[in-house]
Amino acid sequence: MTPLTAYLLLAAMIFALGLGIALTRRVAILVLIGIELMLNAANLNLIAFWRFGPHPEALTGMMFAIFSIAVAAAEAAVGLGLVIAYHRHAKTTDLDAMTRMKG
Amino acid sequence: MIFGVGLPFFLAAMITLIGALAAATMRNLVHCALSLTVAFGGLALIYLQLDAQFAGFAQILVYIGAVAILVVFAILLTRGVGTTLIHVYAQKWVLGLLLAAGVFALLGWAVLTSIPRVAAPAIAVPTVLAIGQSLMYDYVLPLEITAVLLTVALIGAVIVAMPEFKKNGGAE
Repeated sequence: MTPLTAYLLLAAMIFALGLGIALTRRVAILVLIGIELMLNAANLNLIAFWRFGPHPEALTGMMFAIFSIAVAAAEAAVGLGLVIAYHRHAKTTDLDAMTRMKG
Repeated sequence: MIFGVGLPFFLAAMITLIGALAAATMRNLVHCALSLTVAFGGLALIYLQLDAQFAGFAQILVYIGAVAILVVFAILLTRGVGTTLIHVYAQKWVLGLLLAAGVFALLGWAVLTSIPRVAAPAIAVPTVLAIGQSLMYDYVLPLEITAVLLTVALIGAVIVAMPEFKKNGGAE
């Protein structure tokens, strides 16, 4: 197994775990945690490809990962604010109970 | 060498995977948030191994320092400590698990069949000076847009989470 393959497989595992959390858990905060894990897996892919790519001195992949970290922080703030607002409104964070917009 | 990879990578990968797995399976929400922090720490170790020191320390500052604290605050604001959930998993959790396993199988197959054997080119570790110059010359527009996005997102998060005000000006 080459080093790049190991890093990409690890990123795939983290992504699958995050997707599993986001699809199977019932609490809205845990779904946000799963989304954060998926974003982290994408960052790991970016940095691994940057390090093993032909021109690592251009810093492209690492810059992309740094911007992605900043955007993920903003996403976490907005998502958790939404969860808190919904909890104040409906007194629950259970996703299976959020059926008001169900068709 | 364990499974063809070096020991430091193996240890960091195990820390990350065990943290993520614990976040996926634990019943107590606070325990989930703490194991998520462990996973973020393992990822920071892997970034450090990949010569991306700046990204590794940014990961520690932003994720362990800010996002994990934010998650813990949100848990404490919406639910008391120590409450263990009765219904942890969604009604159609089997479907979600199958979907996640399918995605992992697809990604793993694609990685294992298509990656050529490449070795890491030897580079000098990028200095903070080089990263700063790159941010100020090549990536100055994304940097400014990120600054605007962060400001808008934080103001928006505060407004969304703020209690609604009645027309006579008092909080509810």
